[in-house]
Amino acid sequence: MTRARARARTRGARIVETVMKIVTGAAAASVMLSAFALLGYLLYRGLPSISWSFLTSMPRDGGIFPAIVGTFWLTVGTAVFALPIGIAAAIYLSEYAPRGARTRLIRLSIANMAGVPSIVYGLFGLAVFVMFFGFKISMLSGALTLACLTLPVIITATEEALRQVPQDLRQASLALGATRWRTIYKVVLPAAAPGIVTGSILGLSRAAGETAPVLFTAVFFSAPLPSSPFDKVMALPYHIYIMATQPNRPQPAIVWGSALVLVAGVTVINIVAAAWRSRARRKVTW
Amino acid sequence: MVSTQQGCFELKDVSVAYGKETAVAGVAMSIEPHSVTALIGPSGCGKSTLLRCLNRMNDELGDVHVGGTILLDGEDIYHGDVDPVELRSRVGQVFQRPNPFPMSIYDNVAYGPRTMGMRDRGELEALIEESLRRAALWDEVGGNLKKHAFELSGGQQQRLCIARALATKPEVLLMDEPASALDPISSQMIEDTIAELKSEVTIVIVTHNMQQAARISDRTAFMLRESMEHPAGLVEIGDTRQMFTKPVDKRTEAYITGRFG
Repeated sequence: MTRARARARTRGARIVETVMKIVTGAAAASVMLSAFALLGYLLYRGLPSISWSFLTSMPRDGGIFPAIVGTFWLTVGTAVFALPIGIAAAIYLSEYAPRGARTRLIRLSIANMAGVPSIVYGLFGLAVFVMFFGFKISMLSGALTLACLTLPVIITATEEALRQVPQDLRQASLALGATRWRTIYKVVLPAAAPGIVTGSILGLSRAAGETAPVLFTAVFFSAPLPSSPFDKVMALPYHIYIMATQPNRPQPAIVWGSALVLVAGVTVINIVAAAWRSRARRKVTW
Repeated sequence: MVSTQQGCFELKDVSVAYGKETAVAGVAMSIEPHSVTALIGPSGCGKSTLLRCLNRMNDELGDVHVGGTILLDGEDIYHGDVDPVELRSRVGQVFQRPNPFPMSIYDNVAYGPRTMGMRDRGELEALIEESLRRAALWDEVGGNLKKHAFELSGGQQQRLCIARALATKPEVLLMDEPASALDPISSQMIEDTIAELKSEVTIVIVTHNMQQAARISDRTAFMLRESMEHPAGLVEIGDTRQMFTKPVDKRTEAYITGRFG
């Protein structure tokens, strides 16, 4: 009797096991499918537009050269502002900050920054950089706004990478008569570098694709090639937005072509980061 | 005790508090230069805590307060004028688990001297060879100093850590259970290294291994925390042979003969 019941129970458990494997597997498969569908459709629609002249000519000739240049410089500018501040802040939080109310407040601010919608960053950038500081609508304003948006990502990724460095190594360095800073600079940062670089690049590639933050701060349709950080620029995401919302003459070929260029650029950066990281990781294992 | 040799510690009424909780109190002992002093006692008796007072590594843990007086060669190491960073180049430490930096053997050993500003290639190379020889690692790695430290075995890594600590020419070497994470053969090599080193440096070693304490140390200090309401303290310190044959205190005898701990 009890044996029969036990058998019934294991049969029940086995059914649940099988069902759960199928359900979770299906969820995973649908993620994969979405990714392939997205990329596949993007290639299908975008690839026909891609040509040398599409990439290198001005909009009046049907090209997107200024948008590529604009996005490139906006991303570089974002990195220039966000990387030093973000990495330094993460070092403070991970290596120097005492436990206490002030540190909790800093962490809370970062968590909140991460939750702010990107259009709000756009408004903030307009109010602060464009108007208050008088940087006008310019690459500088746009890069600063995008840097604010990217900071929490970079700080969180860097802190996580620093946390992965064993406490033993810090102790060893301090016990050899090294200062805190020397310990950070010579031991902790090199060991955490792969994680910091990957996290930062993910954050920056996110920024490269943002439309809302640059909408009021940096971009101007049919802007010429920028010659200084104070110039207005074109940007790929904004170009897509404008082209897709033109009421009279929609330009699907340009829209999909631009989208493909944006995604390809970001993907290349991510692949390079991943490759670099896996090479660096092979040397460092604990 | 006045000594002409360097590396002698004098502890008077030393106490350590983590936040409001006093963990160790009333420790008085002298650590003689160029000898091996073993700190023994059951887990939680404050051995490692006391050890970390000697190079002020407790300072790095945050809310830790050290009371009493600790003199190194007659100088109070907790005096306001003493820079803990400078102190640590005189009082080296080897940790429980081997913790080489993720760098080459060369860069590991060169870390301390470079920290102190040594840049000359020839001088560095000579010092690195000397340190590796003193840690009995030279013969195994001598040919290939560019090799990554993580490619060494656990025992070799620990001897690399000893070489790294020796390269700053410390007067004292603190060792916190340096062989407990190693296999018996590696452990034996560490013990041999300690025996070699004591002619040049003072060694203070925390160990859980009673036989090890008996084999390698000249003097043994037994620490104990009898209840959680009271801080840990020093029960007694004496010549190792005497401590292991006829200790003065009944509690020492009970611990050494394996009746608790």
